Amino acid sequence: MNKAVLELENGLSLEGMSFGYDGPCSGELVFSTAMVGYPESLTDPSYEGQILCVSYPIVGNYGIPAMTRDEWGVCLGFESEKIHVRGLVISDYSGKFSHFDAVKSLGQWLREEKIPAICGIDTRHLTQLLRDNGTLSARILPASVGVPSERVPLRSTTPGKVGPLEGTPSLSGGNLASVVSCRKPILYGKGGKRVVLVDCGVKHQILHCLLQRGIEVLRVPWNTDVNTIDADGIMISNGPGDPSACVPAIENIRKAMEGDRPIFGICLGNQIMSLAAGATTYKMKYGHRSHNQPVRLCGTDRCFITSQNHGYAVDTATLGEDWEPYFVNLNDGTSEGIRHRSKPFFSAQFHPEASSGPTDTEFLFDDFISAL
Amino acid sequence: MKESTVKKVLILGSGALKIGEAGEFDYSGTQALKALREEGISTVLINPNIATVQTSEGVADKIYFLPVTPSFVEKVIEKERPQGILLSFGGQTALNCGVELFRSGALERYGVKVLGTPVQTIIDTEDRELFVQRLDEIGVHTIRSHAASSREEAKAAAAELGYPVIVRAAYALGGLGSGFCDNEAELETVTAKAFTFSSQVLIEKSLKGWKEIEYEIVRDSYDNCIAVCNMENFDPLGIHTGESIVVAPSQTLTNSEYHFLRKTSIDIVRHLGIVGECNVQYAFSPDGEDYRVIEVNARLSRSSALASKATGYPLAFIAAKLSLGYGLFELKNAVTKDTPAFFEPALDYVVCKIPRWDLAKFKEVSRELGSSMKSVGEVMAIGRCFEEAIQKGLRMIGQGANGFVCNKPYKVEDLDYALRNPDDTRIFAIAAAFESGYDVERIHRLTNIDRWFIDRLENIEKTYRAMEACNSLQDVSKELMLKAKREGFSDIQISRVFHIPEGEVRDFRHSLGLRPCIKQIDTLAAEFPSVTNYLYLTYNGDCSDISPKEGAVIVLGSGAYRIGSSVEFDWCGVNAAATVRKSGRQAVIINYNPETVSTDYDACDRLYFDELSFESVSEICEVEKPMGVIVSVGGQIPNNLALPLSQAGIPLLGTSADSIDKAEDREKFSSIVDKTGIDQPRWSSLRNYDEVEKFVAEVGFPVLVRPSYVLSGAAMNVCYSKDHLREFLERAVEVSEEHPVVISSFMQRCKELECDAVADGGKILACAISEHIEFAGVHSGDATIQFPAQSTYGVTAAKIRRTAAAIAAELQITGPFNIQFLAGDDSLKVIECNLRASRSFPFVSKVLKLNFIELATKAMLGEHPKGGHIDPFELEYVGVKSSQFSFARLGKADPVLGVDMTSTGEVACLGDSLDEALLKSMLSVGHRIPKKSVLISSGDALQKADLLPACKRLAANGFKIYATGGSWRYMQDNGVPAERAYWPDEDAGDSPAALDLIKDHKVELVINIPKDFSEGELGNGYKVRRAAVDFNVPLITNSRLADAYIRAFCKFGEAELAIKPWDSYC
Repeated sequence: MNKAVLELENGLSLEGMSFGYDGPCSGELVFSTAMVGYPESLTDPSYEGQILCVSYPIVGNYGIPAMTRDEWGVCLGFESEKIHVRGLVISDYSGKFSHFDAVKSLGQWLREEKIPAICGIDTRHLTQLLRDNGTLSARILPASVGVPSERVPLRSTTPGKVGPLEGTPSLSGGNLASVVSCRKPILYGKGGKRVVLVDCGVKHQILHCLLQRGIEVLRVPWNTDVNTIDADGIMISNGPGDPSACVPAIENIRKAMEGDRPIFGICLGNQIMSLAAGATTYKMKYGHRSHNQPVRLCGTDRCFITSQNHGYAVDTATLGEDWEPYFVNLNDGTSEGIRHRSKPFFSAQFHPEASSGPTDTEFLFDDFISAL
Repeated sequence: MKESTVKKVLILGSGALKIGEAGEFDYSGTQALKALREEGISTVLINPNIATVQTSEGVADKIYFLPVTPSFVEKVIEKERPQGILLSFGGQTALNCGVELFRSGALERYGVKVLGTPVQTIIDTEDRELFVQRLDEIGVHTIRSHAASSREEAKAAAAELGYPVIVRAAYALGGLGSGFCDNEAELETVTAKAFTFSSQVLIEKSLKGWKEIEYEIVRDSYDNCIAVCNMENFDPLGIHTGESIVVAPSQTLTNSEYHFLRKTSIDIVRHLGIVGECNVQYAFSPDGEDYRVIEVNARLSRSSALASKATGYPLAFIAAKLSLGYGLFELKNAVTKDTPAFFEPALDYVVCKIPRWDLAKFKEVSRELGSSMKSVGEVMAIGRCFEEAIQKGLRMIGQGANGFVCNKPYKVEDLDYALRNPDDTRIFAIAAAFESGYDVERIHRLTNIDRWFIDRLENIEKTYRAMEACNSLQDVSKELMLKAKREGFSDIQISRVFHIPEGEVRDFRHSLGLRPCIKQIDTLAAEFPSVTNYLYLTYNGDCSDISPKEGAVIVLGSGAYRIGSSVEFDWCGVNAAATVRKSGRQAVIINYNPETVSTDYDACDRLYFDELSFESVSEICEVEKPMGVIVSVGGQIPNNLALPLSQAGIPLLGTSADSIDKAEDREKFSSIVDKTGIDQPRWSSLRNYDEVEKFVAEVGFPVLVRPSYVLSGAAMNVCYSKDHLREFLERAVEVSEEHPVVISSFMQRCKELECDAVADGGKILACAISEHIEFAGVHSGDATIQFPAQSTYGVTAAKIRRTAAAIAAELQITGPFNIQFLAGDDSLKVIECNLRASRSFPFVSKVLKLNFIELATKAMLGEHPKGGHIDPFELEYVGVKSSQFSFARLGKADPVLGVDMTSTGEVACLGDSLDEALLKSMLSVGHRIPKKSVLISSGDALQKADLLPACKRLAANGFKIYATGGSWRYMQDNGVPAERAYWPDEDAGDSPAALDLIKDHKVELVINIPKDFSEGELGNGYKVRRAAVDFNVPLITNSRLADAYIRAFCKFGEAELAIKPWDSYC
């Protein structure tokens, strides 16, 4: 392994070893406290534009399985066809893996997909830093890129913006759903009720959860006007970036809310629904990225452990009169979903489809389907 | 919270520590009591284990030192009339007792509500057939098994399933009576034994080689569930989970596997209706996603204690709150104190649990590991990579290992056999395999251990090779040194590579600026800020989480529970820390035993869950800059650190390291004893066999042989002949090359007396003299002890006090100490002195109601406390401490007592008379008062005479006595009616045979006194003793104890024993 450096917007520079693609990358550095599920996380389109720091120190143990698809052509074990994180930061890399299902190491996969990764980093320290300072811009520079003095400074005059770095793609922020959404409609399954799925960067497990329940799914680009599409219900997927930048999607959903077709949003979908319902969203200091987020079903004593991956949240106080909080986060009181008081519209900020993470809230798909 | 009318709750403890049921239940019970007290609920505790923290003042409102058996518990219920009872905090003992009380209708009769998981759910999880049926209802796979109520049924079931099969006894703790069988003959043997523990056995298809995974699940009465922790066994299925190295979280499961098992666990827990905590164990196939549920423990367990320590989530505390009707969302995360208890901990480290065995102490015992538990303790090591955690852990178990590599050569005849058939040294067999050039794949094939773990062990081996390739330490690059430290290499370990002193490695490391970081365990992987004081050291990090306030007092804990050092030292550590805090100073604890209360992070201001080595303690002191370190309350491990710590300039509190050394060093101590004018048995420190022969010719046999610096008599032995001595010496010398062998005259038929005391500046503040019931020769940890001494003359007691005062003054003792004496007809001799708390400190403190550790700690803090003014001889009651043996689990071990300690735990009960206290105490360690018949083999002529009055008493009370050859004749000659029973080697066909009497349970007590402790005692006596253990018939092997016990049960029936709480004895 070659040496590599992780540089942060605040000037901190941490040395480690490169175990992925031997090239540079930059992005918004976020942390996740999940202890399993790296193939799922790395391919989650919601991580588009971000460098992921994994708090749990040992990563790569069970390698990477072969890319396989189910009967409907949906990825198994991965959340999309490719890695979406810009880079990966861990502490202890398991170069040797052990699993009957694995065909390659995590490092090999990262190299194939040209994703830089660094190990030997004190990820607990980094997590504390991100927690206290909020999300930071960062870049991974392998030793082969050159000596530090020749590099463009990372710190820039605009907060949240990083100076250009030769050879790396442009940075996160704004409308990233448009980057990761499908380009044209795709139809999955046949017969039964039909759901139109607004793809803002959909995780394949969401497709699974619908298809397994005998639903026909029409996956459409993020800005498709769902009101013109014949379907029994509307789903808005998860995805990366700032929800308020997804203006066409918000407008389309606002229109759909005038009708009675059931609407179900997940993660970014929840934020788009909230914006369509007149509420506002804000960027969180460091977001929720973990498998252990506790939520409570409002007005009940029922609580669930959920999988989460988001950096923006809905301001519940700005919800209109027709709406009410559906779920609330027990750790910090943030909104975890909303629902309409009379119509079959509801959403979750967490991931009921899990993958990776706990599956306790998968019943929301059943609730949605029974409303169709 | 749901309404609760419960004002008074009874909690059942688990009794004496035994294999399969150890300190973890002191921890869970203590937490439960704390949780109830917080709610203003009055608590009643039944637990005869006097050395526990839970039986301390201020933990429960009423404490009964009585056996945890249905009849005693019912009497306590009748007296106390609690509205609720908690069954899940006292292990299998409490659970079984509770189920019996439920079945007998006692709970209903007194209107006692079982709080938490309903009894029917407990029964569903304990009765294997019901269990399979209940899980079938939700389509969860269990191991295909057949319940059998007879040996024939068992055979038929095994034939149907196909061998290999596993046999399990229902309602048995720690896999008691379980075993693997490869064929019908093996099945015969195992089932014969299993049926003595249980009326039902289970025959199951064996899944050897599958992964073993556990989940700890919590559910509240609102049906909210969380999976607090999952754990993976390093060893594949086939080795009892208590015998396996365990890691948390799981290392080889993918997301879908992890969450599939998690969801299944939650489904099970919901379906069964658990309220509180529950453990689900899985067998998980390594080549697919197939699984079986092995078992569900509807109670706090060893695993739950480990999970609590591994995650920082206080499972027992939360479970107790949930049993009162709380919802998880209403309770707080005890670490963050802000976020709710409804969450699943995220770890950013890995923990490794390693069992501690003491099999070397047992003659004849089988050392192979299997489905029955043999380990006596465990350690938990924390690291930020597996290598770091496991190497720390291997040192923590305290059996001489420096880590995975750099140990004494591993000697084995057939390495492949050793890898295929794991015993207590299996991890070192893997190290030896690497050394012999085996690759990961080959080791995997032989052991079935997942390649991932073996790969990681290979990393350690590779780093060792890289260091070995350097010419000297100075040639080791900073990078390599850092890599080694990150992989958990200790300074000593590295010093072994270069054959240099540890200090040179330390200096070199410091010159490179390599120091460990201090990281917190905060339950949420740093996602939220927390002020947790739960800490560990790691080299896998850039910076420390904390910078502590200077001037705290560091209390060193006792490490892994082992034979000779267990919960009693935890009690000492907890009390020392509490006293430090009461004094207004900060208390810091260093310890690594997950079964303890001292490693509960609210026992102190900062807890370092890390090694008790010079390296770790001095690194911690470097950061803490403590006022001082207390080394005298954690047994021998901290005691041994006194000198090196002091030499490194670290301040010790209490008696000086120099004095401690004087007491430990036999020669130095001997001259002090001579100076005080007190007698000691003749002894000599010898380095070769010629010297030994000369000395033995002078003093005569028998002689006591021991190395210096021992605690529990490891490698200590009494030798009766020249051959015996030579043979033993060859083994003993190998154990401690650098220390000479100490041989002393072994005095027979002497009383043994102990003096536990506290001094301040050389002046005694308190002193407690207790007396062994057995004659000297039985290790003080195995002996039955009465306090206050009941048959010691005032003159002798006065002499003991004077001697103790003289030694205290001479050694300028400040703090706890213990002196052991031998009292003959007209002589008193000192045999040992330890300048630290002894095993009996909690016992004498609680009987006397004077906390010796509190007093000692105050003295060590320089507060000059006033002494205790209670005269033990004026107490109107007696305490008797009895030992708990775990021979049933140690297949083939000879259950005989000698100078080497073999008991795994102890209890103590109070009574208005010696007889009453003794009887309660014996019942608490599993004796059952015989009703009809007793089998007696009474040893040599003197012992036969000793036992004669007891035999007469038995006969007078209508007992049928069976006696073997010589004993039978002796009784005939002395007019005691007895029937002859035949030894195994006597003519076949003569009946009754002693072994049959035992197997058929025709006798209810076996008294078998070995003639001497020589090897020749194997054979007849061994077979009878072993049969008694294997067929679960109570056994006594000491004539003095047999005499006292018989006297007691002939005088008292169980019904006449007073049911009085601790505070009624005054």
